[in-house]
Amino acid sequence: MIKCKTSKEIGGMGHSKKRKEDARFIQGKGNYVDDIKLPGMLYMDIVRSPYAYAKIKSIDATKALEIPGVIAVVTGKDLEKYNLHWMPTLMSDTQMVLPTDTVMYQSQEVAAVIATDRYVARDGKEAVVVDYEPMKPLMDPFKAMDEEAPVLRPDKEGKTDNHIWHWEVGDKEKTADIFNSADVVVKQQMHIPRIHVASIETCGCVAAYDKVENHLTMYMTTQAPHAIRTVIALVAGHVGLTEEKIRVISPDIGGGFGGKVPVYPGYVIAIAVSFLTGAPIKWIEDRSENLQADSFARDYHITAEMAGTSDGKIQATRFKVLADHGYTDASANPSKFPTGLFSIGTGSYDYGAAYMEADAVYTNKPPGGVAYRCSFRVTEAVHAIERMTDMFAKKVGKDPAQLRMENFIKKEQFPWASPTGWSYDSGDYHAGLKLAMDTVGYDELRKEQLELRKEGKLMGIGISTFTEVVGAGPAKDFDILGIKMFDSAEIRVHPTGKAIARFGTKSQGQGHETTYAQIIAEELGIPMEHIQIEEGDTDTAPYGLGTYASRSTPTAGAAAAMAARKLRDKAKKIAAHLMEVSEQDLEWEPGKFFVKGAPEKSKTIQEIVFAAYTNHPEGMEGGFEATHYYDPPNLTFPSGAYICIVDVDPDTCDIKVRRFVAIDDCGNIINPMIVQGQVHGGLTQGIAPAMYEELIYDEAGNILNGTFMDYLVPTAVESPSWETGHTVTPAPHHPIGAKGVGESPTVGAPPAIVNAIVDAVHHLGIDHLEIPVTPFKLYKALKAKGYFGDNA
Amino acid sequence: MKKNITFKVNGTEHSVEVEPRELLIHVIREKISMTGSHIGCDTSSCGACTILVDGKSAKSCTLLAVQANGKEITTVEGLATAEGLHPIQEGFHLNHALHCGFCTPGMMMRAIEMLEKNPNPTEEEIRWGIAGNLCRCTGYNNIVKAIQWASAKMQDKELPSTEPEFV
Repeated sequence: MIKCKTSKEIGGMGHSKKRKEDARFIQGKGNYVDDIKLPGMLYMDIVRSPYAYAKIKSIDATKALEIPGVIAVVTGKDLEKYNLHWMPTLMSDTQMVLPTDTVMYQSQEVAAVIATDRYVARDGKEAVVVDYEPMKPLMDPFKAMDEEAPVLRPDKEGKTDNHIWHWEVGDKEKTADIFNSADVVVKQQMHIPRIHVASIETCGCVAAYDKVENHLTMYMTTQAPHAIRTVIALVAGHVGLTEEKIRVISPDIGGGFGGKVPVYPGYVIAIAVSFLTGAPIKWIEDRSENLQADSFARDYHITAEMAGTSDGKIQATRFKVLADHGYTDASANPSKFPTGLFSIGTGSYDYGAAYMEADAVYTNKPPGGVAYRCSFRVTEAVHAIERMTDMFAKKVGKDPAQLRMENFIKKEQFPWASPTGWSYDSGDYHAGLKLAMDTVGYDELRKEQLELRKEGKLMGIGISTFTEVVGAGPAKDFDILGIKMFDSAEIRVHPTGKAIARFGTKSQGQGHETTYAQIIAEELGIPMEHIQIEEGDTDTAPYGLGTYASRSTPTAGAAAAMAARKLRDKAKKIAAHLMEVSEQDLEWEPGKFFVKGAPEKSKTIQEIVFAAYTNHPEGMEGGFEATHYYDPPNLTFPSGAYICIVDVDPDTCDIKVRRFVAIDDCGNIINPMIVQGQVHGGLTQGIAPAMYEELIYDEAGNILNGTFMDYLVPTAVESPSWETGHTVTPAPHHPIGAKGVGESPTVGAPPAIVNAIVDAVHHLGIDHLEIPVTPFKLYKALKAKGYFGDNA
Repeated sequence: MKKNITFKVNGTEHSVEVEPRELLIHVIREKISMTGSHIGCDTSSCGACTILVDGKSAKSCTLLAVQANGKEITTVEGLATAEGLHPIQEGFHLNHALHCGFCTPGMMMRAIEMLEKNPNPTEEEIRWGIAGNLCRCTGYNNIVKAIQWASAKMQDKELPSTEPEFV
């Protein structure tokens, strides 16, 4: 049981408070972007390219413009007049808003149709005639790296190849020395495929420019409203749209998972058209458009190696990555981290040498490189290290749990300096894995596995013991477009003791309206029900970099605690004044200050706040408000121990997840119910890429599964009944000892599942399977090993 | 050629002019101004638009508005009464069966018809019963719990605990 310092009525940390935001969502009163309707609003639809790579010979809008209700057709040439046809990406690359001559990927935006009604806009879209001259696309990232490959981005001055950047970390020579002399080396090429966040709400906006006031209100599905305001000002400042004239409102968001961090061309076109017409412009993308053109995640080709001793001691790892970024690098990583936090890939193990390198390349695929519920490329890294750990265990003939236990960083070794430069703040990996093994009944399952194998049945047990890195981040290292990645909280307590608090983050379902209130309740003793939380309006909320990468609790949550502590210091002064005692004589318990040794003499926080407005000490500022911008001293390092049990049908190769036990350690827990919910959801987004999801392209550049008919988001049937638990190792540097949790399960689950499937068939000669592991892929692998004889 | 259709939404009669091609979800959201039902895909796969048509759950993105002529429609806005929330709404809230809330209205409408046909579904029946509704946030565990809770509540049975098992 989690110990709570506050009463249930106050509802501070550790209480499973039911969510405050639910009331509107369960009654159909959520306010999502497509629910917004403004007077005179026009609708925008987008003409998209059927080709992955083509010259645009002409765009003929005549027929479209003849349709009653079609107001305008906007092309790249139109935007060029205002120098709005290109925009920067968050990685300081460049991206077309609308093309003037060439399309670079299938479903790229080609023209926008503005109409009085969404149906008419669609009619107009169908009536625009675009004449293309198709070219042969470059779809294979390895071929794109060839010297003779055609250069895809001649628009970039001096560009003579398709290489975007090279990155490396670690000690190359020391690592090579260990590899050269190691007893055992395992090596595996693996692909972490291109997938899509597919939040159930797609992206969209209503851009409302007021010509009289020269003011833009931008309602949009964004996880980072403040950063977006700054980006709009940077892109459109030259036409007079400066930052004080821009208000970004991020209403309720129907899931984000990283896909709502970037700026998409549709947003910019909507702003441009609203700016030119003075009418509010609504753009809501279809699911197919969302899957086919919005930022993808992953797409890392990794060559992973691990070296160790024959008795199972890990000594070194070496990863080499080719990152397919598509047409432009539109990732959403911190500026100095082109591979995100991939360097966490040395994992939870104590060894001294690692070397990682990555090269990124342009291809004719949609741009991106966003998270998919993962903290900046951590999933790719964790998949590599956890697969290699299992392969190493198999190679040296050790049980994978035993091998992990022997190689874990011990809890007394924290803070631990990783070979790639991280300082892991805290962890107790042995306790997590032991709890997971006890919960699942590991030893009995191993016995059962042997028995089943005798009967020809295929059952596998897979483990993943991962270290996450979240909460970007310390301002000295972390920025996006130069803006430091701190985050903020502002608390205003009203005279009657009720409060409103505003944040630079933006919930997309994480439950901030509840958890932030609980943090403030913990610190100030005001019941969480009396604390209103607001986010997402740049006119009212303090500046912050938004919600992604599990950073809200580590940054804005910390800011809430720090701002509340400023208020508690002020409260103490007022209490001393009210009770005519010295501050040193006062003690705090949640909700009141009392006199040491005379607890009957006390003032409640509500009485103190009232006095801040009615009877505060002379010389003290009136009111009861505080703001804090929190710059974390380090990231936080949540961890987890996951065990997956699968049964494989020996005839059909159907894979059934029988059980999945997830033990997470996210430090101190604010709301156990919400943490558990986050883990459930993350696990389903972990089984998704492990077994179902992949965006597939053919050689001609066509996407083969760009709709929900064939892009397999798990339903309640594919998703197993998850079993969850936790250990608590507080983050030592965080004001409330919390880490982050939203993404851990998505990061940790895929290797546990794949390790289980490989474990089920390893005795049949299979060492590795690429994700998503489908029954057909498994069937082909087993067939190649002769498992089905000659007739299958 | 516009058509005039008349139908009841949450007990109130509406008469609206629609084009024959207009989808029911668009008419409900934009002409009746009830935006609780959502649009999450363009292939009838996600179920965010699920409503009840004469008591049967239906994906309103797959019905033409003209097909609703003379029908009685219930949307999420019609679930709560003067006495309070519908048990399915309570169940979702108490069991933390929603995160972003976008799939929630459709998921609840589907669950209501399922429970009417089968008041005591097993976990497997619940999972298959909502297989036409996608949720990207919750991992479904708590949606299953919420539907089980509502099943008990609707039959005045002993209510299952709503405390998380995560302790």
